[in-house]
Amino acid sequence: MAAVVVLLLALAATGGLYAAFAPAGKAQADDTAQSLAIDEGKKLYAVGCASCHGVGGQGTSDGPSLTGVGAAAVDFQVGTGRMPAQQPGPQVPKKKVIYDQKEIDQLAAYVASLGPGPSVPSAEQSNPEGADAARGGELFRSNCAQCHNFGGEGGALTNGKYAPRLEGVTPKHMYEAMLTGPQNMPSFPDSTMPEQQKQDIIKYIESVNSDEAANPGGFKLGGIGPVSEGLFSWAIGLSALIALAVWVAAHTAKARKS
Amino acid sequence: MSTASDEKSRQAPAGERVADWADGRLGIYGAAKGMVRKVFPDHWSFMLGEIALWSFVVIILTGVYLTLFFHPSMNEVVYDGSYVPMQGVRMTEAYASTLDISFDVRGGLLIRQIHHWAALIFVAAMLVHMMRVFFTGAFRKPREINWVFGFLLFVLALFTGLTGYSLPDDLLSGTGVRFAQGAILSTPIVGTYISMFLFGGEFPGHDIVARFYSIHILLLPGIMLGLVVAHLILVFYHKHTQFAGPGKTNNNVIGAPFMPIYMAKAGGFFFLIFGVIAIISAIATINPVWAIGPYRPDQVSTGAQPDWYLGFSEGLIRVMPGWEINVWGHTFVLGVFIPLMIFPMVLVVLAVYPFIESWVTGDKREHHILDRPRNAPTRTGIGVAWLTWYFVMLVGGGNDIWATHFHLSINTITWFVRIAFFVAPVVAFVVTKRICLGLQRRDAEKVLHGRESGIIKRLPHGEFIEVHEPLDQSALHTLTAHEQYKPAEIGPTVDENGVERKASPTEKLRVKLSKGYYGEGNQIPKPTAEEYNEITSGHGHH
Repeated sequence: MAAVVVLLLALAATGGLYAAFAPAGKAQADDTAQSLAIDEGKKLYAVGCASCHGVGGQGTSDGPSLTGVGAAAVDFQVGTGRMPAQQPGPQVPKKKVIYDQKEIDQLAAYVASLGPGPSVPSAEQSNPEGADAARGGELFRSNCAQCHNFGGEGGALTNGKYAPRLEGVTPKHMYEAMLTGPQNMPSFPDSTMPEQQKQDIIKYIESVNSDEAANPGGFKLGGIGPVSEGLFSWAIGLSALIALAVWVAAHTAKARKS
Repeated sequence: MSTASDEKSRQAPAGERVADWADGRLGIYGAAKGMVRKVFPDHWSFMLGEIALWSFVVIILTGVYLTLFFHPSMNEVVYDGSYVPMQGVRMTEAYASTLDISFDVRGGLLIRQIHHWAALIFVAAMLVHMMRVFFTGAFRKPREINWVFGFLLFVLALFTGLTGYSLPDDLLSGTGVRFAQGAILSTPIVGTYISMFLFGGEFPGHDIVARFYSIHILLLPGIMLGLVVAHLILVFYHKHTQFAGPGKTNNNVIGAPFMPIYMAKAGGFFFLIFGVIAIISAIATINPVWAIGPYRPDQVSTGAQPDWYLGFSEGLIRVMPGWEINVWGHTFVLGVFIPLMIFPMVLVVLAVYPFIESWVTGDKREHHILDRPRNAPTRTGIGVAWLTWYFVMLVGGGNDIWATHFHLSINTITWFVRIAFFVAPVVAFVVTKRICLGLQRRDAEKVLHGRESGIIKRLPHGEFIEVHEPLDQSALHTLTAHEQYKPAEIGPTVDENGVERKASPTEKLRVKLSKGYYGEGNQIPKPTAEEYNEITSGHGHH
């Protein structure tokens, strides 16, 4: 009987200790979720992406290889609606987002499993709170303005390609774009542009080109410089003045009949 | 002022007494009588120049205010003003003081925007005014010199605009100055020397803002002010032109006297113009230098264009292939130098046009009655061709904006501009001329057969006819008042002694051009009185 009691105690202690000292169990569960996500992502990938990027993400003549692009690239491309692409062309435009965030995470997990690449930045990483807008402005003008325009209004590139407007882009997506260099954009990995600088740039864009940005001069007229200003001066300014000239000339001074 | 002492109540108003006092001592009325009774005809298109004049006054007034706060210095400072996204950024004093004008000077931003909007509208008004003068033939004798004055004002305005635009030393204007320096450098042999001289050393140096400042606020506006006065004196001296109409001849002017009617209208118009520009400046941003950033030679923004009036020169450079040739170790940058040479040519063809036309017509008489554009088809065609040419270059200057906003390829636009630069003016010329001739035919038709009344009548034998209403005498006069030149012919090639004379190449060219202007098919003969009488005397309804 004693032996049975000892055995029970020993089993209970082992089980209890195991239960107490087994964080591995949690890791195990995480692993399962991760592999589940990869599995789910693979299914989504097979339906939505494989026709251009190849069954194993190796790339085809219609789409580049996804080996090593990382989860951040997927989160940006799919999260802004650029992927899946609607049609081939000089550049894939931003459009309605088709997948929900969970599906995007699953796709990202699958693509990340193809090869090591930048992972999706955490909320703190892309948060511009406390960053320096003035320094961000200098960095932006040195690195970004030549394509995106001084205020992030976008600009033309060769053969129908373009740098898109940055208004309304979330900090996470801006961060990911800098990190991964989507489409025609060069990438600015942390080794050339540290996290702090990326946050400064995001802060600058938020302070000059967002819903909260102040426009001290009135309507921005697109914020694209002298072309729209010239158009406005002709279409509104001079037209109004010519209309007034017609009005003034039509009122000739006639002797009053009274 | 008979018995003014009788009753206090019959005393003249104070203003009249002051005027009387001054007149008795200075003789103002006598001196000004000729001026104040000068008659000006009324037509909206005659007020286009006035838009330019009054916006120029607005520019001067606001410009004076800006000079009080602007520091034309390129010394480097660290910004600590009230615009947060620039705090701590290194910049020149010129840029910092522009930020101060925008954010820390009372009314500064509004005045800055009025100054800049007025400048854009000023040049636009000048161009439109110039086109009015061109298309109505108002540049003919005796007004050729005044045309040249106006042209010089236009060109000086372009450069005053360029120098003013460059003063804030922001990223956009600095890029513009760099553009200008590149163009200067492309000049063979002396290019580098001129650049070093202008910038006081290597670009950007420390002098250019201060130098542009003197040019912008003193030199060019001073010359312009003088030219404006000369321009107006000549308008007074020549008297204003007028459109043909009953009672209007080459020797009279029908309209309102300068004082008080025209003066009141013009004065009121000034306030209207100032008001409209102020409203625009209060609601729409122009040149947001705070967002553009300070100039640094290592930075550039896309969409870097000059103000619209120099957009055509930008276009010339943008679409020109980047040709270069190397001769004895020297590079000739034709890709920049050729556009630099075309740039003045685009403008000069306008300046010399009156002289070319008067040479072709050989007409040395004075003209005070304006042409309707349709009655000078070749001139109108040339004018529209020039405008088309200018617009094509402007499209080239904004090729990136066209590309992004119309979802086009910038390369395609560039190629379009390269081809249209040569083809579009020709097409515009031919089309415009055809339209003018069509309108002339319609005028002739109207004179001879009257206006279509829209009333359809059925005759007893079943035929339908439209009733044409004959025009009244004044309309008939207006439609037939224009004069039609005969094309020139090469004079007799044998003189009275039987000696053969060779027609010079210039004479041949002149005759050829004259035929192009006035030869058969290039103008529709206007109806004669005989034709009119024959048709209206009742010999049937066509």
